[in-house]
Amino acid sequence: MHQTFDAALEMNLLHANQAGADHNREHFDEWGITCLNLMSSPGAGKTALLEKTLAALRSELAIAVVEGDMTTELDADRLRQCGVPVVAINTGRSCHLDARMVAGGIHQLKDLLDPRSLDLVVVENVGNLVCPAEFEVGEHAKVALLSVTEGEDKPLKYPVMFREANCLLITKTDLAPYLEVDLDRIVANVRQINPQVVIIPVSAKTGAGLEDWLNWVRQVTGRSHQPSDRTPDLITA
Amino acid sequence: MHEVDMTRSLVLTLRDWWESQPDRPQISRVHLRVGDFTCVEPMGLVFAFDAYKEGTFLAAAELAIESVPLVAFCHACQSDYRPEVGLHYACPTCGAPMEDIRSGRELQISHIEYQNAAQETVIGQLAAV
Repeated sequence: MHQTFDAALEMNLLHANQAGADHNREHFDEWGITCLNLMSSPGAGKTALLEKTLAALRSELAIAVVEGDMTTELDADRLRQCGVPVVAINTGRSCHLDARMVAGGIHQLKDLLDPRSLDLVVVENVGNLVCPAEFEVGEHAKVALLSVTEGEDKPLKYPVMFREANCLLITKTDLAPYLEVDLDRIVANVRQINPQVVIIPVSAKTGAGLEDWLNWVRQVTGRSHQPSDRTPDLITA
Repeated sequence: MHEVDMTRSLVLTLRDWWESQPDRPQISRVHLRVGDFTCVEPMGLVFAFDAYKEGTFLAAAELAIESVPLVAFCHACQSDYRPEVGLHYACPTCGAPMEDIRSGRELQISHIEYQNAAQETVIGQLAAV
């Protein structure tokens, strides 16, 4: 006769990933780094926004990028043009970055430079509005992007991402006049799900709203009023 | 597709538990609680788990998934309500945004059913005598 026993676990399904994310964050904290996790659907403008952000902030913050891409290094190559260290993680068939992959990225960064010289690490996640929302990577804040071309209903359809975000950038606002899109509707839909999120409309093309975003970054890195002259001390081979 | 990665995470956690048991019991059922306000498709988890378990310590195990509805609490009305996932999240009575989530974010391994292999052996020996 088989006797069946029962063990209560009451553990998170993503316990293993969560432990990895906490471990990454401990490293960031130890090195004095703020980590942002940038998430959106494909083509919402994460890389374009990052290009502008790096160009504007690299003189005051020491920044590195961990770039998640399913198969290519196209985005990583674009960002390397901005003169900051970029490590690329090909996720293969996986549609999001997880804590283990980002840990691999951190190790790659350590081969390039002394992590203590960095102020900010931006993780550009794989373009996807669903999966990355559930996988923490060790970030201090989540930044979601939603472009005006995606439609007002997306926050309602993909609510977890917008619920989890600390900051939402409504991107490509320069296109709004050409579309039947209601920005107030987007904001209202997001607010239903996440009343606390900071919402910043931006256009990487025209630069509109960019200063608000840069100020948010300065604030979360704790450097709102102290421009720093630090640049990452790259270890050259 | 992320159900595959979730399954990997689940299996790692189950393996830790299994290896901590001195008699390495046979796991027959793993009970999960999955909230409606998550990015998880329960059938995707079952599919990935069944593919994953072949030839492992979980070969005899099946997943039992309990769905947990999204329930929010409205501070203005001092009452719980059920947002309509995909359509409407604000309080249907007063329109206040979804502030506190009571349930629906669960991604939980609640409990494990298993057979104790060592004990069965003991019973078997007694029967033989």
